Amino acid sequence: MRPSQMLFAFMVVLTCAAAAQQTANVPATGSNTDVSALEQKIRDLEDRLVMLEGQVRQLKAQKTSMPSEDTASPPTPSSTAVTPAQLTMPQEAGRTTASAGDNVRLGGAGGAAAKALNPDISVIGDFIAGAGHNPLNPTPAFQMHESEVGLQAIVDPYARADFFISFGETGVNVEEGFITFTALPSGFVAKAGKMRAAFGKVNTFHNHVMPWVDRPLVSQNLVGGEDGINDAGFSVEHIIPAPGKWFLDFTGQAFRGDSADVYTSSNKNDLSVVGHLRGYRDLTDDSNLDLGVSYSRGHNLFGGDFITNLYGVDATYRWKPLRRSIYKSFVARSEFIWRQQNQPSLLTCQSITCPVDTAAGFQRAFGFYASGDFQFARRWFVGGRVDRSDRAFNSHLNDKGGSVVLTYWPSEFAQIRGQYRFTRYADRINAHEAFIQLQFALGAHGAHPF
Amino acid sequence: MILASKSSFFALATCLCVVLVAPPSATAKTLRVITTLTDLAALTHEVGGDKVDVEALAKGYQDPHFVDPKPSFLLKLRHADLLISVGLDLEIGWLPPLITQSGNGNIQPASQGFLDASQFAEILEIPQGAVTRAEGDVHPLGNPHYWLDPDNARRIAKGIATKLADMDPADRAYFQQREQDFEKRLAEADKKWQAQMAPYRGRKIVTYHRSWPNFAKHFGLDVIGYIEPRPGIPPTPSHTIELVNLMKRENTKIELIEPYFDAKTPESIASMTGGKVVVMMPSVGGKPEITDYFKLFDYDIEILTQAFQQTR
Repeated sequence: MRPSQMLFAFMVVLTCAAAAQQTANVPATGSNTDVSALEQKIRDLEDRLVMLEGQVRQLKAQKTSMPSEDTASPPTPSSTAVTPAQLTMPQEAGRTTASAGDNVRLGGAGGAAAKALNPDISVIGDFIAGAGHNPLNPTPAFQMHESEVGLQAIVDPYARADFFISFGETGVNVEEGFITFTALPSGFVAKAGKMRAAFGKVNTFHNHVMPWVDRPLVSQNLVGGEDGINDAGFSVEHIIPAPGKWFLDFTGQAFRGDSADVYTSSNKNDLSVVGHLRGYRDLTDDSNLDLGVSYSRGHNLFGGDFITNLYGVDATYRWKPLRRSIYKSFVARSEFIWRQQNQPSLLTCQSITCPVDTAAGFQRAFGFYASGDFQFARRWFVGGRVDRSDRAFNSHLNDKGGSVVLTYWPSEFAQIRGQYRFTRYADRINAHEAFIQLQFALGAHGAHPF
Repeated sequence: MILASKSSFFALATCLCVVLVAPPSATAKTLRVITTLTDLAALTHEVGGDKVDVEALAKGYQDPHFVDPKPSFLLKLRHADLLISVGLDLEIGWLPPLITQSGNGNIQPASQGFLDASQFAEILEIPQGAVTRAEGDVHPLGNPHYWLDPDNARRIAKGIATKLADMDPADRAYFQQREQDFEKRLAEADKKWQAQMAPYRGRKIVTYHRSWPNFAKHFGLDVIGYIEPRPGIPPTPSHTIELVNLMKRENTKIELIEPYFDAKTPESIASMTGGKVVVMMPSVGGKPEITDYFKLFDYDIEILTQAFQQTR
């Protein structure tokens, strides 16, 4: 029997039973005890009905997750595969199978019901308009900077998987694609696949969660820019018991060793590693402090004998009054990054393509950013950022800059951002630029990063 | 050397096997329960008594849709035996990453230590047909604010008691007895609340967010409009004017709002309609004195009946 029929049958039985009770008891006595007994009975019946409804909801969800082929009914026009939130699908699918009646069920995948097992799908569009002049790092007037497709689901009782496929203006890139083992003994969480490395804060961020249109100069110069340290490998994370109210968490990662202009793997053993220690503490219910130290090591583009070391310190202070959490908040954040790398003492840039202005010998570069973002109304944020960074391949060259940002959220699923950016490059070139960014999200409601 | 590494490998393997195969102890114990909201914690405490150690993640005065997934929550989750959530996507913006990062296999979705309380409750406003975000931040599975109905509280308590007994069979009788006692006290309290609310049955009200359908149904109130034009979208001038006209037409005076919403628009509506803004607590712990489920309704019904009297 189908769930809806079952529910109907139960409802009929229960209503009849309740009616019978009523007609039998009420005229007979009418004393208080009988009335309360009757009330109790009706309440019990109601509870059983609600429980059955809950079971039917669960049954429906289970039923849609069973493989079945629905050959009789054409696909429902309203249930397009991607546009509605993924979460609507169990219902949609449930309706379709119910209407199919008692058709012969064939094995195998396919049919509307199979959609119930589809991953949560989301698409985030990132459109940027730029104005101003920047000879060193020019940006087009308009660009569909990125269209990021997210596919996320639970794999089996032991793991989940997350894919973020980023369609840029020129190509497609698996920004991240990894499996997370969530049920390991002793509280370990392990990941394997391609992922953004846990080096500091900005390196872990996808474009759409940053409080700016661009990435800070220090990320651009020292940590691989937009792509950052993002490589294939594995990661192990564990919470370390800590005194007081501190939360301590260590992440260790090993990668193939190919990441933008940071690491280059010229043979199989040229792996890169990343270690990150995070300390977090609630200062009050409304504010907290988040600190981190990071280390990373790998081989650079000059060959297997040339090592790049990265050191990072990050600090974030957050304030969000819980009673007004949707209206007011403040985040202050800073990262300090040091990059030290061996480079050949005599440059042979004919055989390998060196970045512009590459200097010879050991380079020690340093950079940082400091930023603040204040939410002053439910949909409005204002922020600023100060930038400074040496260049990785010639640490005598030093770029500086600053930005102011204003962000408006028409809803939780769209945002409009304006940013003015000033940069003074080491080559004594000043760049004044303005950006307007539009971001919009479709599909499954992803969690907000913290 | 090879021998040494071999034996240490075996030692490691044995340790691993012991860890993996060790059976859960069946003796009476204190279950560590974490709930997303304070109301579920209050109900768990009613049935679990001192056999459970229960704590909620969100505060009672905080918007449950927008909770930061703070790492300090992970410290609570990683040793939990049971995680009870409201479900229906209320916590979708913050709970999933916490569960993933907790490193706790017991509380992963569909594990024995994960309980979605919505399966026990009567769920209202389940959307029919296609759902799009043109309707705002809709909940495609139905309205998740279902705990604000004493009948649902009874059902949830029963469900939690069954779950606790399954996880700790030695204390089954204890949980059942406490659940029955809670049911009895709740029935008595509900009689009192119903009596207080009886004069106002059928009254029309407006609410800020769609948080009160179960409450309204239980006490026979008629919600005719919302201050939000769409769920999750802040008030707009044109919608506010429509609402003011509707309230005047229907002679509606009462606006229910949660403590975490800005009272500015509701207050200006009140001044235009001669109505009253009632800040009702949606959860246990919304005020320091609201320490359990009974006090939550005592408080809310007290201020609501007062407001009804004043706007007569």
